[in-house]
Amino acid sequence: MEKLTKDDIHPKIVQALLGADSNITLEDALENDMILNMGPQHPATHGVLRVLLRLDGETIMAAVPELGYLHRGYEKLAENMSYHEFIPHTDRLDYLSPLSNNVAYVMAVEKLAAIEVPLRAQYIRMIICELSRITSHLIAIGSFAMDVGAMTVFLWALREREKVLNILDLVCGARFTTSYTRLGGVASDMTEEAVKMITKFIEEFEGNFAEFEKLLNTNRIFIERLDGIGVISKEDALDIGFTGPNLRASGVNHDIRKTNPYLKYAEVDFDVPVYTEGDCLARYFVRTDELRESVKIIRQVIAKMKPGEVTSNQPKKVLPHKTEIYTKMEELIHDFMIINFGINPPVGEVYSAIENPKGELGFYIVSHGEGHPWKVKIHSPSFVNLQALPQLIKGHMISDVVAIIGSLDPVMGEADK
Amino acid sequence: MKEKIIKKLTEKFSENNIKFSEFRDELTAQVNPKLIVEICKFLKEDSELLFLQCIDITGIDEATSKNRFTVSYNLFSIPNNFRLRLKASIEGSGDSIDSITSVWKSANWYERETFDMYGIVFNNHPDLRRMYMPEEFEYHPLRKDFPLMGIPGSLPLPQK
Repeated sequence: MEKLTKDDIHPKIVQALLGADSNITLEDALENDMILNMGPQHPATHGVLRVLLRLDGETIMAAVPELGYLHRGYEKLAENMSYHEFIPHTDRLDYLSPLSNNVAYVMAVEKLAAIEVPLRAQYIRMIICELSRITSHLIAIGSFAMDVGAMTVFLWALREREKVLNILDLVCGARFTTSYTRLGGVASDMTEEAVKMITKFIEEFEGNFAEFEKLLNTNRIFIERLDGIGVISKEDALDIGFTGPNLRASGVNHDIRKTNPYLKYAEVDFDVPVYTEGDCLARYFVRTDELRESVKIIRQVIAKMKPGEVTSNQPKKVLPHKTEIYTKMEELIHDFMIINFGINPPVGEVYSAIENPKGELGFYIVSHGEGHPWKVKIHSPSFVNLQALPQLIKGHMISDVVAIIGSLDPVMGEADK
Repeated sequence: MKEKIIKKLTEKFSENNIKFSEFRDELTAQVNPKLIVEICKFLKEDSELLFLQCIDITGIDEATSKNRFTVSYNLFSIPNNFRLRLKASIEGSGDSIDSITSVWKSANWYERETFDMYGIVFNNHPDLRRMYMPEEFEYHPLRKDFPLMGIPGSLPLPQK
């Protein structure tokens, strides 16, 4: 963190930071409030988030988050490419859970173009969504613990995450930028070997996780740094647009998997953890409980899965498999048409959202009946959650800022699009 | 729920100001942009509708000379588990609409983002700055007349 003078900051940001009394001088720290610059290159801000803090002593008077250091213009790119071409770009939104982004995007397009998805593909999608929830929450908890000084948990969390990435390598052929889903299904079937690896992982995971929970839940430093810090009430959380674990930590029982079940979530039995305190500790507990629920879901889905097709048979909209393109004339023609002209869904607009690890990830797509979308709007949960940052950290100490940012669990790739 | 919303809104704000359409089971209301704040306030505060959350606000550039910009609001009612989309088409070649930050706090950043990307001005917004692009940037990237490759020289490198 560095101290700034008035000349270093854009006048509009200074105005937002100081409010009405903007004629105070900033140069002498002892006489006046001090302006501190946190980020964008700060390890505890979880990416390139810049926060300008106005301090009185060590207490935060006001804060202004500045976004856009990772803005790549995905919404503009989406308008200029076909529906299929955008799938790899969704990996780069929330890069800690690329698979659920893939699922969210293809589900929006499938709703728009009315594409059916075979049963087995839906189950596979559920498994990979929950696996990516596990990886995302592990990083969230691990880096959160590291922010408040517990180093070991981060290493243990990464060790567990490594096992999931190895599974993803087997399932998708890539560990990180997966691009696994396709319109109308998934890229390839899940092999027996992969299913075995997943079963083995979830059997071991609960025990391993209980072990590093012990490190945190009985750790007085950890608890006291989070208890009662960054409290947001139920009404404020709704008003500021919180979704996902952060909303449930404030006492609102809302989970899209329950209220509006997509895929086959209606068939599985799981609980939605809700806490009413609304502080950093509650947000941590929601995530730990959700990890156990994810394991529960995966176990049930594996038991339900039966062999079958993983892409639907709608040749005008769904890309054929590569081996078929090389050997069959019809498939070659369809592939050529889809790649060159796109799938041309009807004129209209849809919004489709799923419960991502960070919250509600939604895609709003406007189609003019062409091969590429007229408009794509990404509703990213991290962006919304960050909006509450100024009101959460106001009145707290500097050392609480990293704890509160960690508890919100933002990913800047998603917040900046 | 759909029928109730249609009935309540048309009763309160007459049929001339609100037109409903449906696609893929999603309800869209095309509303008069002059009434946007009153309509939003009604939707939030009515004891049966309770649209407590504003999920998203975005603009659409229709690339037509008349009524070029549309602002699209995505509202969600947790008690009723219902999504409603409001669309306000700004008349003529104008690019300003009233801000709804007084109704939902979350609208603040959504409107800043829409202003940044489309140049739509939200009247009475408390802090209308750019969200992603630098303050000095002169263009609005998501407008259809902004080229995909960008405009050379429009983003100067930081000075040493």
